[in-house]
Amino acid sequence: MSSNLDALYRRVIMDHYKKPRNRGVLEDGSHTINMNNPTCGDRIHLTFNVKDGIVEDAKFEGEGCSISMSSASMMTEAIKGKKVEEALKLAKIFSDMMLGKEYDDEVDLGDIEALQGVAKFPARIKCATLAWKAMEKGLKGEEHE
Amino acid sequence: MNITDIRKQFPILDQEVNGKPLVYLDSSATSQKPIQVIETLEKYYREYNSNVHRGVHTLGTKATDAYEGAREKVRKFINAKSTQEVIFTRGTTTSLNLVASSYAANNLKEGDEIIITYMEHHSNLIPWQQVAKNTGAQLKYFPLQTDGTLRLEDVRASITPNTKIVAVTQVSNVLGTINPIKEIAQIAHENGAVIVVDGAQSAPHLEIDVQDLDCDFFAFSGHKMCGPTGIGVLYSKKHLLENMEPIEFGGEMIDFVELYDSTWKELPWKFEGGTPIIAGAIGLGAAIDFLNEVGLENIAAHEHQLAAYALDKMSAIEGISIYGPMDPAKRCGLVTFNLADVHPHDVATVLDAEGIAVRAGHHCAQPLMKWLNVSATARASFYLYNTEEDIDKLVEGLVKTKEYFSDVF
Repeated sequence: MSSNLDALYRRVIMDHYKKPRNRGVLEDGSHTINMNNPTCGDRIHLTFNVKDGIVEDAKFEGEGCSISMSSASMMTEAIKGKKVEEALKLAKIFSDMMLGKEYDDEVDLGDIEALQGVAKFPARIKCATLAWKAMEKGLKGEEHE
Repeated sequence: MNITDIRKQFPILDQEVNGKPLVYLDSSATSQKPIQVIETLEKYYREYNSNVHRGVHTLGTKATDAYEGAREKVRKFINAKSTQEVIFTRGTTTSLNLVASSYAANNLKEGDEIIITYMEHHSNLIPWQQVAKNTGAQLKYFPLQTDGTLRLEDVRASITPNTKIVAVTQVSNVLGTINPIKEIAQIAHENGAVIVVDGAQSAPHLEIDVQDLDCDFFAFSGHKMCGPTGIGVLYSKKHLLENMEPIEFGGEMIDFVELYDSTWKELPWKFEGGTPIIAGAIGLGAAIDFLNEVGLENIAAHEHQLAAYALDKMSAIEGISIYGPMDPAKRCGLVTFNLADVHPHDVATVLDAEGIAVRAGHHCAQPLMKWLNVSATARASFYLYNTEEDIDKLVEGLVKTKEYFSDVF
């Protein structure tokens, strides 16, 4: 198989796909966001618990390909315990990364960096960004609370 | 039918994608175009591009003759009684919306019923949802057998004297199922309903005789049958069209225009407001010439053989689920499937790296996905230029996909 494919399907991505972190629903979460990708049928159901401007907990449920589900798993892992502003900043970095733009590399992205290869597959970028867009939608406007 | 010669007439097939020879298995989404169609379009734009039905000048006459000549080719292709029954549209979606916005909106009322199937493409579903919302009519569904076929007993039991419209696809774009249109039309007519047929997936592959089918409306697209995008057809019986109002008003479709009132041109032009899709229609005419030359019966037989071969080879792959009837006699040349533990988008991406183009997603048939209890599927669809070798490569690609995904885990 081509090396391009290997750049897309990194081991860490497959690990998140096979063993998703934070899968489930926060029954008493402060935020619930549903989002889908109408062109391909991927769906995500996000629940957060935001307290004093900090994302204390985050879970996701959904259906989709390895890229969309692993991205959701990584996203929830990355924002847990972060301030709302920091979570939104990560979303911006992620979006820039997918669009192939220069992005702020001072923030430690951890596993998320593995998704960089997606940028080379234009048809799959929407898969990777779904969870992040949902998170942004949920947290936008919460920065100053 | 010599496939090697046929393939030579499709220049796009002769290329490498991601370093591998292209294997195009997405013709149900859109077919490729033979050189005859490409050259016809080029000739029109290079030599006689002009507006139709107005010019006194020579080029205008040439363009009008070619445009109306294409309508006659379509008439013959589907065996309509008259060219007055052949309306050029932008495609199947526009054709079906014309029926919904004109015929249905003016003839349906509360208490009436529209019946469709679970296997409809969104284009033969959402217009009816809208008609039901706007008129108060009720939208109902024929039950579907577990193999994805309709049973005539169920059709008979579902249609009532309140049924005014039965809308059915002739071939499912997901299951490949071929529906018994002639028999359904008869039951609809016995109950005073009209039948609307979505022919987007059938016209490219099967011989169509609208008089024999006795359908009241038949819609199809040019781009799935070797023609250009942006051109389609709505066929309907003359007496129905005569009693329907246009939905687009302006130039080209009028007879006399006064300050406060106007009259419409005769059929079919009253439904073709604005400058028509001239190049598209002429290109569709060229596609019909090409298909006739190969022979629709030969194309159908070839695809039938490919479908049987594909069903046989693909079902041998461990962990594959194939949707739709497993009896090749009941289906057209496409196979929709899922590989266990690999999402269809991932399947399509890995196949693409092998140069193989397949479709992945919900195929504009979300209610059917729900009925199948899946969120998405992958689909390989065949046309006259595909070969058994293409299917062998697909099967090889699928086996590789499975290995690839079990390796990285």
